[in-house]
Amino acid sequence: MTRFILSRLFWAVPIIILILAVNFLLVHLAPGDPVQALVGDFPAPQSYIDQVRHEFGLDQSIWVQLWRYFENLASGNLGYSFANRQPVLDLLLVRTGATLILMIPALTAASVLGVFLALLAAPRSGSVFDSGITALSLFGYSVPIFWLGQLFIILFSIHLGWLPAQGMISLRSAGTGWGYARDLIWHMVLPVFSITIFFIAIVARVARASVVGVLSEDFITTALAKGMSRRTVLWRHVLPNAMIPVVTVIGYNFGYSLTGAILVETVFAWPGLGNLFITSVGNRDYPVLQGILLFSAIMVVIANLATDFIYVILDPRVRRSYGAQNA
Amino acid sequence: MHEFWLKFAGHRFGLAGLVFIVALIVLAVIYPFIVPYDPAAISNDIMMGPSARHWLGTDDLGRDVFAGMCQGIQVSLTVGFAAALASSVLGILIGSVAGFAGGRTDLGLMRFSEMFQVMPSFILAAVIVAIAGPGLARVVAVIAILAWPQVARVIRGEVLRIRQLEFVDAVRCLGYREGAILFHEVIPNALPPVLAVGTLIVGQAILLEASLSFLGLSSADLISWGRMLNNGQRFLFDAWWLSFFPGAAIFLTVLAFNLVGDAVGAVLNPKGEQK
Repeated sequence: MTRFILSRLFWAVPIIILILAVNFLLVHLAPGDPVQALVGDFPAPQSYIDQVRHEFGLDQSIWVQLWRYFENLASGNLGYSFANRQPVLDLLLVRTGATLILMIPALTAASVLGVFLALLAAPRSGSVFDSGITALSLFGYSVPIFWLGQLFIILFSIHLGWLPAQGMISLRSAGTGWGYARDLIWHMVLPVFSITIFFIAIVARVARASVVGVLSEDFITTALAKGMSRRTVLWRHVLPNAMIPVVTVIGYNFGYSLTGAILVETVFAWPGLGNLFITSVGNRDYPVLQGILLFSAIMVVIANLATDFIYVILDPRVRRSYGAQNA
Repeated sequence: MHEFWLKFAGHRFGLAGLVFIVALIVLAVIYPFIVPYDPAAISNDIMMGPSARHWLGTDDLGRDVFAGMCQGIQVSLTVGFAAALASSVLGILIGSVAGFAGGRTDLGLMRFSEMFQVMPSFILAAVIVAIAGPGLARVVAVIAILAWPQVARVIRGEVLRIRQLEFVDAVRCLGYREGAILFHEVIPNALPPVLAVGTLIVGQAILLEASLSFLGLSSADLISWGRMLNNGQRFLFDAWWLSFFPGAAIFLTVLAFNLVGDAVGAVLNPKGEQK
């Protein structure tokens, strides 16, 4: 077990290093001068431009800058946002909260609903309901998530007027406590719903295949032969076993859902990482872009590690086969 | 080949997808004869809803939405096919070498490909395009770099199966070198499943290009579906048609490629039937 954990941790290192390398090289081989964004469009005296360049260390060689980058990262410093005049880490941490507040409910809802739908559909293989699940996952795989968000705004906010279209809280917010929470939740409905639909496609597809697989196992036949009711078999024997691949797919697709969140944030003007990303693209704010990429890579790696561990806990066979291979 | 088409025709949805794709290609070629507007031409008909004159309405500069969408077909399909082709070539090379060589080479290459699969690919693509600048060739290259592991995994599996077959040993006895065996005998036989994955990648690539353009990460003078949605976002409250139609085009096109890809996969690898 310790060996497994260590090997997975060890595996995470090259991914992070690769992202760091890509990150750094890319930004510095790029056209465009960040000093331009700092100084602005109006003609500034050369001495001022040089001063700004020097202040941010942009006059040093690329290797010096790379070394500084690593040095800073090691001490938790992700750099300084030129455009926001604020440390990147602070910016990211503030925005991450807003992104997670969308992602966590959406992932939870998609996982629960996806598994539930699969449990309903799989035993009735070939039925209308089962085809419905297949259609739903095809829809989720094919639809541009940002377009779905736009459609929701057009339908639910503009035509029906049921829900707020954009933003995280109203300008005339009730302020504190319950009023604030209610306002926030009200604004969350549409973006969370968009991400949920996107993700449910992945979960339902895998869960359905997994449930179908488990249903054909001998121990299910045995349980049914013992006279156990279908419902009990489904909940007690099928569900726990079918959950293993589902957990994997949820964890491994964490990065995918982060992508969804970024696109959805743009549509709903949600002040999360996605929004920060777009503003930073416009400003050529390299450290922020680097920071978001690194941050998302770390989030994905952590999600993968967590998935590996849950997998081992859920499935003793994995643990044993791993032990046998490496003993 | 004939047998393949007969079986493919049995998959109604796959066939529908194929018909849709062919119709798109035809439309992209003949639209200048049907639509009396230049997609880029600015006019006085600003922000008009769908009507007999402008079938799908006009945008804030008076450009015809339908003409723009026809123009957009070119961008989407070019990016989709080019990215699928490039990632297939890359995936075939790496995957087949891994499967054929086995051992440490296999382990190393597969670990390498895993690294790409774990990366937050869209964010990486967006950062690369944001920094390196837009351009179709760059977008294609980025998608290819992110998508090749899917092809590599499939072809590796096939190569592992084929290299154990007797005819490979027979060729080896004739004195052919290993490289020649791989490229002339093994890879051609391992190609069919790549067709299914490749078709799915076309869909993914179209979706990814559209997402990048939607974020504004595409050349402003190139009319594409994602770019139109980017513009539509600004007028969401006033002009639903600016968002609805281009988005529907992306959705249906990606759906069509997914349906065809699934059908090709089903034809090439039917359950329980030995190839």
